Amino acid sequence: MKHFITKRSESSGVSRRDFVRVSLVLGGGLMVSVYGCGPNGEEPMVNATTADGALAPNAFVRIDTSGNVVITSKHLEMGQGSYTGLATIVADELDADWSKVTVEGAGADDKKYGNASIGGLQGTGGSSAIANSWTQHRKAGATARAMLLAAAADMWKLPVSELSTEPGAVVHKATNRRATYGTLVTAAAALKVPADVPLKDPKDFRYIGKDKKTTPRVDAVAKSNGTATFTQDVKLPGMLTALVAHPPLYGARVKSFDATAAKAIPGVVDVVQIPTGVAVLAQHFWAAKLGRDALQVVWDETGANTLGTTEIMAQFRAAAQKPGMGIRNDGNAETALASAATRLEATYEFPYLAHASMEPLNCVVDLKKDSAAIWNGNQFPTTDRAAVAKIFGFPAEQVTLNTVFAGGSFGRRANPKSDYVVEAATIAKAIAGRAPVKLVWTREDDTAAGYFRPAFLHRLQGGLDATGAPVAWWQRVVGQSILEGTMFASPDGKDSSSYEGASDHPYEMPHVFVDVHNEKVNVPVQWWRSVGHTHTAFAVEMFVDEMAKAAGKDPLEFRRSMLGKDPRRLAVLNLAAEKAGWGSSLPAGRARGIAVHKSFDTYVAEVAEVSLENGVPRVHKVTCAVDCGIVVNPDVVTAQMEGAIAYGLSAALFGKIDIDQGRVVSTNFDRYRVLRQREMPVVEVHIMPSTVAPTGVGEPGTPPIGPAVANALLALTGKPTRTLPFV
Amino acid sequence: MASITINGTAREVAADPSTPLLWVLRDVVGLTGTKFGCGIAQCGACTVHLDGQPVRSCATPLSAVGTKKVTTVEGLSPDSTHALQQAWVEGQVPQCGYCQSGQLMSAAALLDRNANPSDADIDAAMQGNICRCGTYQRIRTAIHRAAEMKRATA
Repeated sequence: MKHFITKRSESSGVSRRDFVRVSLVLGGGLMVSVYGCGPNGEEPMVNATTADGALAPNAFVRIDTSGNVVITSKHLEMGQGSYTGLATIVADELDADWSKVTVEGAGADDKKYGNASIGGLQGTGGSSAIANSWTQHRKAGATARAMLLAAAADMWKLPVSELSTEPGAVVHKATNRRATYGTLVTAAAALKVPADVPLKDPKDFRYIGKDKKTTPRVDAVAKSNGTATFTQDVKLPGMLTALVAHPPLYGARVKSFDATAAKAIPGVVDVVQIPTGVAVLAQHFWAAKLGRDALQVVWDETGANTLGTTEIMAQFRAAAQKPGMGIRNDGNAETALASAATRLEATYEFPYLAHASMEPLNCVVDLKKDSAAIWNGNQFPTTDRAAVAKIFGFPAEQVTLNTVFAGGSFGRRANPKSDYVVEAATIAKAIAGRAPVKLVWTREDDTAAGYFRPAFLHRLQGGLDATGAPVAWWQRVVGQSILEGTMFASPDGKDSSSYEGASDHPYEMPHVFVDVHNEKVNVPVQWWRSVGHTHTAFAVEMFVDEMAKAAGKDPLEFRRSMLGKDPRRLAVLNLAAEKAGWGSSLPAGRARGIAVHKSFDTYVAEVAEVSLENGVPRVHKVTCAVDCGIVVNPDVVTAQMEGAIAYGLSAALFGKIDIDQGRVVSTNFDRYRVLRQREMPVVEVHIMPSTVAPTGVGEPGTPPIGPAVANALLALTGKPTRTLPFV
Repeated sequence: MASITINGTAREVAADPSTPLLWVLRDVVGLTGTKFGCGIAQCGACTVHLDGQPVRSCATPLSAVGTKKVTTVEGLSPDSTHALQQAWVEGQVPQCGYCQSGQLMSAAALLDRNANPSDADIDAAMQGNICRCGTYQRIRTAIHRAAEMKRATA
């Protein structure tokens, strides 16, 4: 997501004009907020403190008189470990006692929680949570620590220079004195806030870069005993559950409906028309479900999409024969191709993919006379809030946003139109706020609503000289723009999320040409874990192997010969190859494939070891090397690589949304197959040591796995994979 | 009104007999650890035990429960100390966490009948539980680890 917005450097958000305030909250807590300026450079907001001091969401750090440290996370926890990562950064500089650290989700406020990686908008995406918070959160922790040190120095009448900290306490080693943070917060809060606190020397990091025993996930216990709260679990007094009958086609609308049978179902309370369909409200889910089943709706399908995936791909194939919008043009690829000793051509086709998070989409809205509250796993809190406020006719400030855990998302909960959140709000409005409403989508609702990873087609041509060296690369990318029609659209119509990872591919050769078509199709599309890289990495890395094969060269050596100016990419490639034993013998019927890709500023190489079982690829082992800069939580990085590989492998093996005459066919897991336990390969992750600032890990593990498997199949069978999924 | 035993406690529940046990647990009894994922017994997020056997509660009507004892993730242990829960935390298994109640219940039923499951046993027992975060490798490791812990204390 970060490529399409003018990128602000991570430090520019906070470093020069940091604004630090502190308040003594009632009950005696020290609250430190480190603010950057707003996206337009406006002054930071004044710190607001709640009456009891127990909840003060405009702060990253809060320490109470018992020494409990509460970190407010501006980023959604949807599995990627953001809560743990952000807490690790703060806790390290604070020298907090990890066992006393908890994390809570932030409310909506761009000024306080804006993400410099996405233009100052508060949001979780683009694998940016750690990257955009690194310096900001270190300062937040270090500032609190400096004040606690100063308070202890005052109390003991000692110079600060003689004091140090250990987890949760200030100590004076010479006299063996120790004061826990909880006992110091009241005095510390009365002190002047230091303007520019020194940060730790990385060699002194206590938590950053340490193992899972030192900084276990803050949510691991709650997620192992059923107590973690997701939107699905929110229950308010008098709350009704709403299910919505949605149109069967994209663009269809309600013509008429008969709610008689639905209202006869015990537990059904109301049936209301909303802009996106007809909502059935009931005392609990099952009554709402039966009520919706009984509902009779006549749809107006005028102007709705009636194309299926077969017709859409045929449209893309036709477009691939015509020039698109030019993106990159080094040298003269067409001329070079014409004179190349060897010329190759390949077309790769990628289907629509559903995010298919385990928690189907849902949202709780409580509408009152002059205010409203939302409970949701928010990826775009401020845009969601603004969309809801608009529906209610309130200023945004009158809408409170409560962020809870998301049961996955993979990008889906970051909807630029706030689709399901808006739907929940329109239901609350339709019943005039008579009761809080929990909108629940069934699995079928969730999948059929679309906002898929768009289908794409890549047409490639390559040229080799007489020695087998690559001389020309020609690539045409055809598919739907994700950004078109959203707040992120580029005025020139070029959507980098369609060709990121292709137009900037790293392989050195004199002639490179890339163009793109934005195809108009009335199927809603959206970013899906690693966005354009989901298909560009496959097209590029598969075609490189096809070129290597034509050149008679080893795929690893062929890549190395073109990556001399890209040392970080080359290093992960070499590391993965070495750890996988590239070139060593394998049991009969097995082969290795390799792929390397950079996305979201993180480099990942993967080697897949593959065989065929009854004609179906079986991935036995994946060796992964990742360079994501400084590593905050090595085990979280490892987990994200494992998970991203599983997610990408699931898509490559099985992922495909079929649409037939406009109707989505693959709406549940019986028809939208996903990876299961038996198909999970052994994944081995190797993390490159680094001293550069951290970059993201949520997405970058996904792109290389598809092509790594395809390249293994190419080695095994001699046949390239031109259409996904494999199965 | 039906009487069912959930986590050792007899409960009177006011729900139509055709209501899936999942929604009785979540919406009537208020035990939300058991999750809704697909509604058609395909994903396993709703897995609970009936007399120790793993079932998909989204496709089990209340009428089918009868006198069978229902165990949910909340009943796995009173204090999160079931060997699997310890192994889940030690192995840092959960990511988003939404599927993990179901994973734990399927794994618990496996360990109850097989003290030393092989990888193939785990594959077979866990094949009905989807995890979109891809924690499968850690689930496998944690099941082996929990089996080891249970054997050590047996």
